[in-house]
Amino acid sequence: MTDIAIAAQGLGRRFGRRGRRALDRCEFVLPAGRVCALVGPNGAGKSTLLSLAAGLLRPSEGRVTVLGTTPAGARERLAYVAQDKPLHPHLTVAATLRLGRELNPGRWDESVARRIVTDADLDMDAKIRTLSGGQRTQVALALALAKRPELLLLDEPMADLDPLARHRITGLLMADAAEHGTTIVMSSHVVAELEGSCDHLLLLGAGRVRLAGPLDDLLAAHRLVTGPAQDSLDPHTVVESRTTGRQLTALIRPAGPVPASWQTAEPTLEELVLGHLRGPDAPALSLTESEEAAA
Amino acid sequence: MVEYRIDRRSGVATYLQIVQQTKQALRLGLLAPGDKLPTAREVVEATAINPNTVLKAYRELEREGLVEARRGLGTFVRRSLGAAPADSPLHAELTDWAARAREAGLEHDDVAALFAAVLEEHFKGDEA
Repeated sequence: MTDIAIAAQGLGRRFGRRGRRALDRCEFVLPAGRVCALVGPNGAGKSTLLSLAAGLLRPSEGRVTVLGTTPAGARERLAYVAQDKPLHPHLTVAATLRLGRELNPGRWDESVARRIVTDADLDMDAKIRTLSGGQRTQVALALALAKRPELLLLDEPMADLDPLARHRITGLLMADAAEHGTTIVMSSHVVAELEGSCDHLLLLGAGRVRLAGPLDDLLAAHRLVTGPAQDSLDPHTVVESRTTGRQLTALIRPAGPVPASWQTAEPTLEELVLGHLRGPDAPALSLTESEEAAA
Repeated sequence: MVEYRIDRRSGVATYLQIVQQTKQALRLGLLAPGDKLPTAREVVEATAINPNTVLKAYRELEREGLVEARRGLGTFVRRSLGAAPADSPLHAELTDWAARAREAGLEHDDVAALFAAVLEEHFKGDEA
């Protein structure tokens, strides 16, 4: 067991010879055992990053190390659920699970797969093509979890699940992390839904890493402040600011005490992400595991 | 056994909600010394929160001497809190009082406000 799940060094990926870079000089380290939220606007490079880590794409520049080895070398120990949940449409649910069992000898946990499929009320004899998007997602997640991966890469896993299935699946993912120390990376546009379940954040923007680190530390490094518009925000780093009449509201990284006349609050995950999406020019911030958490 | 209810909009940190709900269960006698707390796996499966949050709450309860972690076995209650379990005379008197308040025409919020005011008067300055 390595203590680093994913490490990216100068990681870049370009599509086509002159194509734009979907990922550009990405640097980050994700420690093992974390549940990481992967967020960013459309086209930020989230899916490209997950495909690179899963070994389905090769980097154009730099490299990505997964579970201490190359993505190809870690293939047996990781599971990846792509956004379009590729499954064989003509197979039944039962045949799909059998395929999973045969493709993962020695690792497969049939009880996990059965449980997800049963909880979802799926007919084992139903063909995949007759299932709804959300039902297909649950079959894909059953395959991924039953493989007992050390690293689980999920691209928009909750997008087509109903609220009940969402809660159940998140609960199962968290239980898996609690019991086996599985590292989970999940991308989502619905940031509020990641709050509570994730303890690490990776925010991408235009192919670059904008925020990376333990969620609590990143939140603690920022403040939402409200004060009189004529006051200066120097020397703090301003991520985003808005003026309404005489009032100024800003998301800042404090570089010292904030004036007592200002109202300050620690942002929520959603406020942190929204602030960075609105302020695309704010400098990137990467934090490593704090001493306290490591102890 | 306790079941935790996480309110994401309460503004109270999730780990603190677990700490507070455990203390509440101890005060009400729903948890007694020797009882086992649910495992982190059980809590996160039911609430869909991060496992580290549960561990942080349990560490806090352990630091306060209320529970102890026994390796490989789980987390167990060490001591109780308060002196008013659910079947105590104080509980009965309060139940009686609440019924009288209702008969007197007070509404839920009136009773809550009255209770909070008396509480404030008697426990002013004490640590919460």
